[in-house]
Amino acid sequence: MNAVDVVLWVVLPYVALTVFVLGHVWRWRTDQFGWTTHTTQLLESRWLRLGAPLFHLGLLLAIGGHAIGLLVPKAWTEALGVSEHTYHIVALGGGVLAAVLVVSGLVLLLARRLVNGRVRRTTTRMDKVLYLVLSAVIAFGTGGTVGRNLLGCGYDYRETIAVWFRGIFWFHPEPRLMVDVPLVFQLHALSALVLFGLWPFTRLVHVWSVPVAYLWRPYVLYRHRRPRLSASARPGAVGDGRRGA
Amino acid sequence: MRVMAQVAMVMNLDKCIGCHTCSVTCKQTWTNREGTEYVWFNNVETKPGVGYPKRYEDQDRWRGGWELDRRGRLKLRSGGRVRRLLNLFANPDLPALDDYYEPASYDYDTLITAPAGTHTPVARPKSAITGEDMAITWGANWEDDLGGAPEHAPADPNLAAMTEKVRFEFERTFMFHLPRICEHCLNPACVSACPSGAMYKRAEDGVVLVDQNRCRGWRMCVSACPYKKVYVNHRTGKAEKCTFCFPRLEAGQPTVCAETCPGRLRYLGLVLYDADAVLAAASTPDPTDLLDAQRAAFLDPDDPDVRAAALAEGIPEDWLDAARRSPVHRLISHYQVALPLHPEYRTLPMVWYIPPLSPVLDAVSEQDGDPADPDDVFHAIRGLRIPLEYLANLFTAGDTEVVAGVLMKLAAMRGYMRARSLDGSVSTELLTATGMSAAEMEEMYRLLAIAKYEDRYVIPAAHRENAAALSSQGMGCGLDSDGGPGMGGEDLQGFQDFHLTGARSDGRIGLSLFVKPRGRTS
Repeated sequence: MNAVDVVLWVVLPYVALTVFVLGHVWRWRTDQFGWTTHTTQLLESRWLRLGAPLFHLGLLLAIGGHAIGLLVPKAWTEALGVSEHTYHIVALGGGVLAAVLVVSGLVLLLARRLVNGRVRRTTTRMDKVLYLVLSAVIAFGTGGTVGRNLLGCGYDYRETIAVWFRGIFWFHPEPRLMVDVPLVFQLHALSALVLFGLWPFTRLVHVWSVPVAYLWRPYVLYRHRRPRLSASARPGAVGDGRRGA
Repeated sequence: MRVMAQVAMVMNLDKCIGCHTCSVTCKQTWTNREGTEYVWFNNVETKPGVGYPKRYEDQDRWRGGWELDRRGRLKLRSGGRVRRLLNLFANPDLPALDDYYEPASYDYDTLITAPAGTHTPVARPKSAITGEDMAITWGANWEDDLGGAPEHAPADPNLAAMTEKVRFEFERTFMFHLPRICEHCLNPACVSACPSGAMYKRAEDGVVLVDQNRCRGWRMCVSACPYKKVYVNHRTGKAEKCTFCFPRLEAGQPTVCAETCPGRLRYLGLVLYDADAVLAAASTPDPTDLLDAQRAAFLDPDDPDVRAAALAEGIPEDWLDAARRSPVHRLISHYQVALPLHPEYRTLPMVWYIPPLSPVLDAVSEQDGDPADPDDVFHAIRGLRIPLEYLANLFTAGDTEVVAGVLMKLAAMRGYMRARSLDGSVSTELLTATGMSAAEMEEMYRLLAIAKYEDRYVIPAAHRENAAALSSQGMGCGLDSDGGPGMGGEDLQGFQDFHLTGARSDGRIGLSLFVKPRGRTS
């Protein structure tokens, strides 16, 4: 283990996470107007209607898989009686399925962005950087899952990468765990850290605006331009509405 | 009873000559920016025609507005809440740019910079979206005055439900213009479909707005609006819509489209309504009863009980006076000559229309009748299935009796006033036929035909006591952000202290953007 390993597996994660958190605070406070999905469905709908659901559903699956793989210690699943073999089959099946969905969705969306002149023109420089990093993360991730674990000799990331990852969050990073990790997993982790650092400055912020509250709120919203003057004032400016069907 | 006030509009279609002044002044005011090139908060359509965007009235395709489910409960036509969230990644009902049109500009520079040559230089059309050369094949008013009607107009969804076939040969067809803005509905589908809660109806005056800072670009409002009057700004990635020129309304001034209408066909005023009755009205089982149900939800500003309830709700005294003098209230509830556009969408729209008599009068002349003779006109109204059925499909969910009644009232008014001015005689049979008194008839005539500025627009200004709330919006207004509707080369200084310099002598607040400042206080 040398200085480079410490920079890559200790310094870089903390820098990326700090930028991730502070960047989001800054963006939220200063740029509500820029906080949007920046939809291009108006400009091109046919490819998007295939590509966007594939990409997003695949990502949700992948994120769920990462949460289980990285956050749940191996000892826990073993204690539950899940055998190494069963775990491997489930993780690999889910991982390969997610990879197929995400990659096919991403290819469709990137092709759409390159080929369709309307969409290409709305693509900002930051968008291009984001697509490059995002593609790298997904390519390395797919390389690890499909190339190494499905077709290759396999690698148990739960004894190295997952432990290192959890260590970051309780301020006990163990860079030595990452030193002997296969290159493709190292590159996946590093490109993901770059992605986290970029996140608050890109359109990815729309992820935090998933409108779950829509499921409960009244249909029609009224807002008062001024505080109500009368005694019959109803509480709350927003949401002071009747509930629809 | 929960009394709420709403600024509403009525348009007298007989007076619309299709000059598009409203569209142009609106566009200059609100949407002459990158990202909104294709957006017309106000557009004027020629009917019959497919409209803008193409076939927007075909709700089997676009699934806008509301419908009743099997148990008679109101639900958005595009599905429930869960379904909407599942469609966040790709909205199946969203019109594409080509359903509107691809905006273009011309390469005028070539005309003065082209090198000397044998051919005259040509200004080519360039797409405003891609900058590439393009062929212009559609526009927001492509069908103006029935241009291309034999080819396109049969696709008009309003024709589908008609028993007789509309002919589009030049000699045998009919047409009228239909100016359209946001309906500022009582039961807005766009607000109900917005997952972020960024869209809202202003409690004071009913204006439906998009909070630019809270919009996240989920684009559900665009497809949920059956009138397709919410748009995506493709540069900012946010929804934008007709604002009812709320800064002008707050200053007691009419909207830009109304102010600049050469035909003076627009009326603006308050309508009081019972907010507790809205849901039931929108859930009326039979679509042809929706008109009456909506009228029943409106309240009579002369009723002392309504006044008391309104005051208790915090509606100011001068607003109640304005509601009593409201031309819109008179045309909708008193004379009952104004009708809502597509009540069957169940959004309870608040921009109503006086149906045009001119297509009928044209037909009377053709049949060698006298368009000035009420008998001939009455006969024609009853006999003409077209365009009566067509108008009914637009304004009364297909009930031709209601449209015929309104047209006959308008024809009777013409006949009555014609006799009054020619030989001073009073046609009592026309008064009995319409059930109106002579005074009422002449009053309606003055409102419709003379249409003085102060009779057409009765708009109470926002109050000075609101200044603090207004100023707190100040520069926080999302409209002023980069690419937002408030952005432009204008003097932004005026924007920054608009709430301070707009003081008027009548004790109300106005915006210095529209009201001449009387001296700076800051």
